[in-house]
Amino acid sequence: MWEKRPVLFLILATVVIMIGTTITMIVPFLSVNTEADRIDSVKPYTPLQQEGRDIYIREGCNNCHTQTVRPLVSEVLRYGEYSKSGEFVYDRPFLWGSKRTGPDLARLGGKYPDAWHYKHMAAPRTMIPGSNMPDYGWLSDNPLDPQMVQRKMEILDFPYNADQISALIDKNEMDAIVAYLQKLGSDIPWRKAAETTIVGEITNPYAGASHADMEGWEKIYKSNCSACHGEHHEGDIGPELIGVNYEDDELFQIIFNGISDGGMPAFGSLGTDKVWKITNFLKYYNEEEGHKE
Amino acid sequence: MDTPQYNTDIVRSFILWSVIWGLVAVLVGVIVSVQMTNPELNFPPYFTFGRLRPIHTNAGIYGWAVGVIFATFYYIVQRLCKIRIWSDKLATFQLWFFNATIIAAAVSLLLGYTTSKEYHELEWPVDIMVVVLWVAFSINIIMTIIKRKEEQMYISLWYMMAAIIGVAILYLVNAAAIPVSLFKSYSLYAGTNDANVQWWFGHNAVAMVLTAPPLAMFYYFLPKSTGVPIYSHKISIISFWSLIFMYLWTGAHHLLWTPVPDWIQTLAMAFSLMLIAPSWGSVINGYLSMKGQWHQMRDNYLVKFLIIGITFYGLQTLQGPMQAIRSFSAFIHYTDWVPAHIHMGTMGWVSMIAFASIYFLVPRIYNKELYSVPLANLHFWLILTGQLIWSISLWIAGVLQAGMWNAINPDGSLTYTFMETMVEMYPYWWARTIGGVIFLTGVLVFIYNLVKTIRSGEKLAPSAVTAEGRA
Ligand code: HEC
Ligand code: HEC
Ligand code: HEM
Ligand code: HEM
Repeated sequence: MWEKRPVLFLILATVVIMIGTTITMIVPFLSVNTEADRIDSVKPYTPLQQEGRDIYIREGCNNCHTQTVRPLVSEVLRYGEYSKSGEFVYDRPFLWGSKRTGPDLARLGGKYPDAWHYKHMAAPRTMIPGSNMPDYGWLSDNPLDPQMVQRKMEILDFPYNADQISALIDKNEMDAIVAYLQKLGSDIPWRKAAETTIVGEITNPYAGASHADMEGWEKIYKSNCSACHGEHHEGDIGPELIGVNYEDDELFQIIFNGISDGGMPAFGSLGTDKVWKITNFLKYYNEEEGHKE
Repeated sequence: MDTPQYNTDIVRSFILWSVIWGLVAVLVGVIVSVQMTNPELNFPPYFTFGRLRPIHTNAGIYGWAVGVIFATFYYIVQRLCKIRIWSDKLATFQLWFFNATIIAAAVSLLLGYTTSKEYHELEWPVDIMVVVLWVAFSINIIMTIIKRKEEQMYISLWYMMAAIIGVAILYLVNAAAIPVSLFKSYSLYAGTNDANVQWWFGHNAVAMVLTAPPLAMFYYFLPKSTGVPIYSHKISIISFWSLIFMYLWTGAHHLLWTPVPDWIQTLAMAFSLMLIAPSWGSVINGYLSMKGQWHQMRDNYLVKFLIIGITFYGLQTLQGPMQAIRSFSAFIHYTDWVPAHIHMGTMGWVSMIAFASIYFLVPRIYNKELYSVPLANLHFWLILTGQLIWSISLWIAGVLQAGMWNAINPDGSLTYTFMETMVEMYPYWWARTIGGVIFLTGVLVFIYNLVKTIRSGEKLAPSAVTAEGRA
């Protein structure tokens, strides 16, 4: 009989559609983003960060980048502590994404120094050969509109002060997006917690490696370190590394854990073996000798 | 028996425009595919991957798929109700408003006005246009059905009505936002809630735009093309009601392992697996309707499109539930596997059925014989080859990528850096572009064939015209 009565049919179909909708879409509002989720250290965006976030949306960065770390071993190793619901309560809209053409950015904040981002955003391939990320240097030419940003802060009901707004006059879109990138995932102090103190004795497994052995390790340095310390260790975003003066195990620890307040990323995820190779390469490899033939 | 005067002009116009937007979608698809291998082809600020990809998806879903839905539904509803559409004026308004909306969408996305929510990127003013468009369409279809001359409502009408309501509910809820200016708004929901609402919308956009309407077309055009009715009415009833019941529970299969509460994920996983039954109900119903008619796969190009289309649907609805299993999702989520899934659905299922429908309609509404059946066959093989290259290369890519992302050394460290995994994708992305170009060539052959039919095709023999009245 419903096959002969369109109005009844429409009502029935609506009811059927609303059952699953109510349970899986409406009911969750009772628990998600409530006190139970709250993380005290998570703070709203500043005017500059929020504007950066809106530029991120405008440019569709979310078409290549995700922003959620799943609680899977390889993912936590690669990106950092897995994401918590409470970290996203100020995100309108959410930006978790669905495709990782580029790496996840949920834990990006503090991974690199600002200078790295300015250089990378302007010309990704000069830093990371093989990247297919578009160049965004042109963002530096676009000024911000402080009044509009203020309006946004009012609508979002985020705290701000007049100084933060007037400071925007001297900033451009690139400054905003970098400020946003540096905030990502850094509201919980996970980076320090993730550092491993290596217990017991650590010995250099490659002590006394020959020049020929070390030659093959140069590419590990090139693909991970040159972007900041220069092809020939001469320094750029990071300091010069020629003649670094650390004990083997100290150097190993620096590379393994990074220097989290200094903009030196941790390379522990490369594994101890590769980190030892880099350590030896850095300390004992003499480039000149390589050119003598 | 006197046939009512049907409005065919509106069907003609919607076919024309949907084909144009379909061509745009496929063209932009090829462009974004090339940009992934050749990033120097990004031309900021407007023509960058980040801005063009949503134009591709919106042109594909709203221009091509929805355009064909409008065209075919206007044709089907008049035939099944044995009455002219309720309002010609409203339909004409809807046609021009449709084009205005698609153009507004394309321009605003190029300018960077986007909400970032997938398949709901349009900012609030264009959102309102979409709502007006859908209301105009819904009123016309529903009023035609209410005023119908045929008591029984055929299966296709059920799927149409479900889609009409479904889209309305989904779109309105997910659109809720607070405007900041004409070009910017903030979602009413935040963080995890926003994600959950968005993917409840996202997956059911698949249900209500890319599943139910093509099924309505399939159920109408298959019997029309073969001349044999659908095998089982009972299977149709059960599949229909269970399909529209189950789909709504499954949105969170896009959010497995994220901070969305576990119980929602588990429900989504369970209902996704259950969805195999109603999906395959239609597939099997289609296959059984071919009993004794399989020779038509060779003789009748329409049947070829329809049956390969429903086969892609069958594969899609086996692969989809598999992806909704937590352990499998952990592996392939975020990889290139997922676009391969999507395009088997959009290029295989949706487009195959759309092409068949248009091939069925054009000779009848223009009263011309199709210009060339061999060209239609060529079209078929080109899009089939193009689509298979597209999906197969990216399935391989996805598995490779997933394997590399998850590879762990004996000492517990990662085997590959992100870049080591990323550069491995390039050959597959190239293969995808090649598949895309082959598909695009197929679409051009299709358009050529249609233009030739309309311009110069032979007048349809009277016997074929009566065949239209069959069933
Ligand atoms: C075509 C896809 C694509 C788009 C669009 C894109 N990126 Fe990327 N992005 C990548 C790829 C690939 C990488 C990895 C290689 C590299 O670092 O360049 C990357 C890396 C990054 C990194 C470094 C992450 C890390 O942990 O090393 C940041 C930061 C970044 N992108 C920000 C952005 C921002 C901001 C936007 C938008 C303005 C953007 N990306 C748009 C593909 C993309
Ligand atoms: C994103 C840029 C960046 C990358 C990539 C990077 N570093 Fe650094 N590195 C820095 C910065 C910045 C410092 C300075 C930190 C400080 O002292 O506060 C630093 C400091 C160091 C130091 C200590 C230098 C000293 O004189 O105290 C060593 C050793 C080092 N890096 C080695 C490496 C190695 C080896 C790699 C590759 C595996 C690497 N870095 C990759 C940015 C980087
Ligand atoms: C039983 C039916 C189906 C199920 C259970 C299903 C399941 C899924 C799952 C789990 C994903 C997410 C993959 C991931 O990101 O890890 C997905 C993505 C997708 N599917 Fe399906 N699928 C089904 C049928 C279809 C059909 C018929 C289409 C038609 C075209 C389709 C189109 C899509 C699209 C467009 C996406 C991409 C969403 C995004 O942007 O991430 N699916 N599907
Ligand atoms: C020649 C044909 C096509 C080509 C070359 C093509 C290419 C592409 C490319 C390169 C992407 C981006 C994938 C990524 O980010 O990794 C994409 C995404 C997408 N395309 Fe296509 N496409 C084609 C046809 C279509 C058609 C006809 C439709 C719809 C009817 C469609 C719907 C989509 C959707 C929904 C997505 C989003 C995928 C996601 O969210 O992961 N495509 N396409």
